[in-house]
Amino acid sequence: MFSNLDFSVVSNSLSYLFFEGMTFTLMLTAIATVGGLLLGTLIAMIRLSSLPVLPQVAAAYVNLMRALPLVLVIFLIYFLLPYVGQWVMGASRPIAVGALTSSIITFTLFEAAYFSEIMRAGIQSIPRGQVEAGYAIGLNYRQMMSYVVLPQALRNMLPVIFMQTIVLFQDTSLVYVLSITDFLGAASKVAQRDGRLPEMYMFAAAVYFIISFTASRFVQRLQARTAIVR
Amino acid sequence: MKSMSRMAKAVLFVSFVATPTMALAAGTLDKIKETGKITIGHREASIPFSFLDQNQKPVGFANDICLTIAEAVKEHLKLDKLEVVLTPVTSATRIPLIANGTVDLECGSTTNNLERQKQAAFTNTHYLTANRFVAKKDSGLTTFEDLAGKTVASTSGTTNIVQLNNYNAEGKRGITIIPVKDHAEGFLMVETGRAAAFVMDDILLSGLVAGSRSPSDYALSEDALSKPEPYGIMLRRDDPEFKAVVDAATAKLYTSPDMQTLYAKWFLSPIPPRGLTLNVPLGEALAKAFANPSDSADPDSY
Amino acid sequence: MNYNWNWGVFWAPSPDGAGTYFDMLLAGLQWTIVTAICSWLIALCLGTVVGIARTTGSRWMLLAGNAYIELFRNIPLLVQLFLWYFVVPELLPVQLGNWVKQLTYGAFYTAVIGIGLYMSARVATQVTAGISALASGQRMAGLAMGLTKAQVYRYVLLPQGFRVILPPLTSEFLNTIKNTSVALTIGLAELTARARAMQEFTFQVFEAFITAAALYVALNIVVTLLMRYIERRMTVPGLVAGG
Repeated sequence: MFSNLDFSVVSNSLSYLFFEGMTFTLMLTAIATVGGLLLGTLIAMIRLSSLPVLPQVAAAYVNLMRALPLVLVIFLIYFLLPYVGQWVMGASRPIAVGALTSSIITFTLFEAAYFSEIMRAGIQSIPRGQVEAGYAIGLNYRQMMSYVVLPQALRNMLPVIFMQTIVLFQDTSLVYVLSITDFLGAASKVAQRDGRLPEMYMFAAAVYFIISFTASRFVQRLQARTAIVR
Repeated sequence: MKSMSRMAKAVLFVSFVATPTMALAAGTLDKIKETGKITIGHREASIPFSFLDQNQKPVGFANDICLTIAEAVKEHLKLDKLEVVLTPVTSATRIPLIANGTVDLECGSTTNNLERQKQAAFTNTHYLTANRFVAKKDSGLTTFEDLAGKTVASTSGTTNIVQLNNYNAEGKRGITIIPVKDHAEGFLMVETGRAAAFVMDDILLSGLVAGSRSPSDYALSEDALSKPEPYGIMLRRDDPEFKAVVDAATAKLYTSPDMQTLYAKWFLSPIPPRGLTLNVPLGEALAKAFANPSDSADPDSY
Repeated sequence: MNYNWNWGVFWAPSPDGAGTYFDMLLAGLQWTIVTAICSWLIALCLGTVVGIARTTGSRWMLLAGNAYIELFRNIPLLVQLFLWYFVVPELLPVQLGNWVKQLTYGAFYTAVIGIGLYMSARVATQVTAGISALASGQRMAGLAMGLTKAQVYRYVLLPQGFRVILPPLTSEFLNTIKNTSVALTIGLAELTARARAMQEFTFQVFEAFITAAALYVALNIVVTLLMRYIERRMTVPGLVAGG
């Protein structure tokens, strides 16, 4: 059973796994979280605004993204993006977009839909009275949003945002389908080269577990500390 | 909306920063000149054409050919420096990535056929190989007829899986076909007993068998689903200037004595990652193809 | 865009001999639906058991339930599928492992088990939340009436708890449908896999993926409407605000 497992394949490739693979995974997670959160907040604000048409467009976007499997979106954007770039730039040929850039854009666009739902709930969690009080003391919409509503919404939603980031961290493994060298991609390349799938995938699972579990424990503690006393 | 402008600008800024260097130029040559970069698509396990060595760096016969092409492009454009960017591709992603400009040259084991010429262009042929399968010797599978009712793997996005599909559908043979992402995964399906056979180009199968833990356990099929078909380096179609440079560079290399050295380096000498030798001597048809470089997709012309 | 659109490609015969390319996508949709439903049944059964275990008041049951949830929640689904597909058969006794590997629908069984277990952790969290949301007086009243613990769950807590968590369960079921696409990595010929295969055969990248996307959206709408109907029928007056 376990007797013919040989974990030296793991120790021999540690630097490749972490310096190339995990670096890509963490970078993608970090940038897509920030990008997704910014875009998601914008979408949430548009959805809650009284602008014409735009709220419906934003809602349609969110519903579309939430209806599609991430794997499909990863394929579609990887192949589509250069043509979009060409159209935006008015170039005569498709624009080359690298694997990292393409993944960042994919995950930002995809996660923005999920972050926007979180931020929408966050903004709605601010009592209406505060908004009215803000207007009463003479704040305009922008001041009211940036000084009263958004800081509190962000704070209320911080644990949920971090939980979503952990989901995102796990979801980045799906770039495997494009043969990109993220952590799982690196692990599978070594595993297939050396014919050591069991050892490598067990190791990968353990690494993902330790990181996600530690992070979610941290979030639970954060949740207890940041809760606003009502 | 005015009130949102800061946020909107921030988003715009982020998307701008995240956008890569834009090339507004028309052809691939102009793009390379402007960016100072040429992007080469490589494979993970197309042994010995394009695969990863012990340090996970792409190497191989086709890889070396592409580096020669890049050198020729650099000379042609009179550049002081040309950065070669290596991007991994799979059988399934290579054609869309060539078409959408992500990759300029695809250096691996891509069969040149008329169907694909509608999507991409090919330069001169660098190998000829037929569609066979590998199976464990003790399974007793030796011909394609034996595969009826079996579970068989093949790499998705290859001509091999299309031919296998057609073969299966024509004769109602009841073969269960598992599409795999790359050749190493396909071979693992056979090694671990998930699939009875792996259908692929014979040279790639020989490479995988040679690199396996017990090469003597495996045998290639006696018959083939196709004639030996040509492999070519793939580039974007409708770009005659770039193709002319690439064709000239490969023709020069293939007809020179360097090609014999290069062939010997990958097919007759120990290769990474484990220092195995494939020992596949240069065949007559391929020698002729090197002497008279051709980008024909017709197997009968070789 | 210098891309050659060709929507007519859907009526061309596909190389698998089963009909046109559109038939090929529809066959993929069927696999998606069947896999999602089978996984969902596993997720519901195991998720309910684990979810209940965490509310029984037993410290050990709570710990075991939590460990189960953390285990399946903190490993990416793709890695879990690889574990079931590539690793588990190697750890079994050789003969059993070989039998598992030679199953005709190996990818399908693996996907159903893998996705089912992965989703069961999420269902368990919802079930626990649903039961905890009920007033604790209900449990006590049930016990005081002479019901056994099992009867309290069967007749008091579960019927109400499930109605409370119907909306989140709907969205978990929608997630299950989406997650079936991950199984293309182990060779399951579901909708996304078929779209990819179609792209490889015809090189019509966007027609294939856009149509697959439309089919996912349609499936999503059908499930949502169906569940909304069930939710309306099942609402306990006064228990869920607004129904």
